[in-house]
Amino acid sequence: MAKKITQKTKNAMPLQDAVARAHNFEEVALGYPVDLAVLEAQRCIQCKNYPCVAGCPVEIDIPKFILQVAERDFEGAFKTLMDRNVLPAICGRVCPQEEQCEVKCTLGVKFEPVAIGRIERFVADYASLVKFTDDTPPAPPTGHKVAVVGSGPAGLTVAADLAKMGHGVTIFEALHKAGGVLVYGIPEFRLPKAIVAGEIEGLKRIGVEIKVNHVIGQTFTVDELFTELGYEAVFIATGAGLPTFPKIPGINLIGVYSANEYLTRSNLMKAYLFPVSDTPTIRGKNVAVIGGGNTAMDAVRTALRLGAENAYLVYRRTRKEMPARLEEVEHAEEEGVKIMMLAAPTAILADERSRVRAMRCIRMELGEPDSSGRRSPVPQKGSEFDIDVDTVVFAIGQGANPLIRNTTPDLPMNKWGNILADDATGATQKPGVFAGGDIVTGGATVISAMGAGRRAARAIDRYLTNPSADGYSPTDV
Amino acid sequence: MHRILNKEVLAPDVVRFWIEGAHIARKRKPGQFVIIRTSEEGERIPLTIADVDKQRGAISIIVQGVGTSTKRLNELNVGDAILDLAGPLGRATEIHPNARVCCIGGGIGTAVVYPIACGAKALHGQVVAIVGGRTKDFIILEKELLAVVDRVIVTTDDGSAGTKGLVTDALQALLAEGQTFDEVVAVGPLPMMKAVVAVTRPLGIKTTVSLNPLMVDGTGMCGGCRVSVGGEQKFVCVDGPEFDGQLVDFDELAARLRAYGEQEAESLRIYNQRVACQAITT
Repeated sequence: MAKKITQKTKNAMPLQDAVARAHNFEEVALGYPVDLAVLEAQRCIQCKNYPCVAGCPVEIDIPKFILQVAERDFEGAFKTLMDRNVLPAICGRVCPQEEQCEVKCTLGVKFEPVAIGRIERFVADYASLVKFTDDTPPAPPTGHKVAVVGSGPAGLTVAADLAKMGHGVTIFEALHKAGGVLVYGIPEFRLPKAIVAGEIEGLKRIGVEIKVNHVIGQTFTVDELFTELGYEAVFIATGAGLPTFPKIPGINLIGVYSANEYLTRSNLMKAYLFPVSDTPTIRGKNVAVIGGGNTAMDAVRTALRLGAENAYLVYRRTRKEMPARLEEVEHAEEEGVKIMMLAAPTAILADERSRVRAMRCIRMELGEPDSSGRRSPVPQKGSEFDIDVDTVVFAIGQGANPLIRNTTPDLPMNKWGNILADDATGATQKPGVFAGGDIVTGGATVISAMGAGRRAARAIDRYLTNPSADGYSPTDV
Repeated sequence: MHRILNKEVLAPDVVRFWIEGAHIARKRKPGQFVIIRTSEEGERIPLTIADVDKQRGAISIIVQGVGTSTKRLNELNVGDAILDLAGPLGRATEIHPNARVCCIGGGIGTAVVYPIACGAKALHGQVVAIVGGRTKDFIILEKELLAVVDRVIVTTDDGSAGTKGLVTDALQALLAEGQTFDEVVAVGPLPMMKAVVAVTRPLGIKTTVSLNPLMVDGTGMCGGCRVSVGGEQKFVCVDGPEFDGQLVDFDELAARLRAYGEQEAESLRIYNQRVACQAITT
């Protein structure tokens, strides 16, 4: 039964002051206080078609949890969330709701949509504060064993779903901390690592085993997971773990970083706390980040927090074509990031100690659309100009790490090293091997990786419990 | 649990550890390395696996205490656990059977060359080892090499052990004697590897070097360890650590190794202060 509309606009998210937050790594968005969360939840008119649910890659029962918040049943709301989403505190922070659930919101047709993401975050944070736990016991043990390669969003989701079904799951993580891009890629000020650790503890409580410092492709190959360690299925979720550098002079100078390295030093290794943390990073005074996606935003806002006087985002197209979340671009500009559009680097110039001294750029204009549908940038001859920088970070796309490719020759991949997997099931052409997340799609979002994990868990469960009598065939699942 | 099983001081600030690590030991081939971390705030650092004991499920590393991380590691004792140990990383050495190889180790580089020499001998090669150091105190693994290879030549800058001179002098002397080699393997400070390549290039002798750039993840994810080899970009952690010495841009690597000089000095200053304070209070 549809309700009356109480408020046409979203309740604003309390934020850290823009000037202050540009100099600290604390979370930018502070979260709704209880009463604001309830007010926002009451905006939902509980429409009869609930198109929002179809927009959610993990199919959360959105109207139900929002109604529970509106009625102050926060524990109920938490249980509803956890039923479909094992990482609500993470999704509530990093999902592009404006492209998923909120864009479909009925209220959003004429007014601002319900702030579904903010309410989700509120519920997750509230639950953590008062220590609600999801006490739904997992199904009885099935005796089946599954190996998951990678502890990022896809790996964590598939592991949690399979564990709840009663299967034995081990996640193998190459780094020394679990979380994948959630710990090394997304900065503290967008996603506090304590939150990630808390979500991961939740997984361990339902029986997921996590082995860090295990590099699949080196420590064990995929085949050895089957033959030596006795796993019956393997889910590969190794992410976008290969940096991209352009072929221009100067990319090996001191001060030139891939976004992966720049962010890993800061986020995973806490280089912003050096010398308390042993890992250093360059605290550039004039930093240029090349790119226009969320990774570029994260890198340039990190540069500000590391003390940059000038943090430039250099993008070859315009704001309209930027893939980054609008919210991130807005926050970045409020913090003082200077966005230089329609420009791209042609060379990085050195000083006498092989350190970055300046970056030569060329101006672009937009031409015909390319395969992504966006207008192609065309360099304008003779428009070169130099900017004084001491640090350059390339956030122009992250590709597929080669370690699995090099040691699993019978696992079909495309020419960029992405694993070929069925969209609905994650099944690859190698029997018993499934894959999902950025290793399949190329760099995308946390939530789309989670959706892939969810779909693959169902397929793996069918594969384990109903093996085809004729032997494995991808079309069986 | 990666407990330290054995600790031995080989030279001033140079320590050999044997560490528990069955899953690493079982897979390890000569030339590979591990990434180690000793504390929550610690750096991830790469170290070559010098030797392995597959029965015992243990690996050995040889650590030169140069900066905070390596000095902190060398403070650990038998029974202490290493917080994080990942491996084996990198590609194995390409060892050809029945080859005549000259293995050259400079300083701590000998720790890297030792497993390669063992590998070559295991495949019926003839191996001459040249081990160089500043003084006799910095010559390591001489005894171990003598037990494995066909001939060991020691050189020291000051003549306090073996022949006075550089490893390249010894190499040139061998070549002048009429010795021929299918391959030269050289590991040590960058100027040393560069100098060896200068000797072998005109003679067209295949020369393999093992590189030691700065690393963070060690799995090819960040590109921090990138080097130029024959004009192409390679990541030492997944394409190396060994490369054709004739093609490596040593100067570029030397420059990149200086990236954090100031930070390293500051960190070491604080470390030394802490050590000095502890000495006073204990």
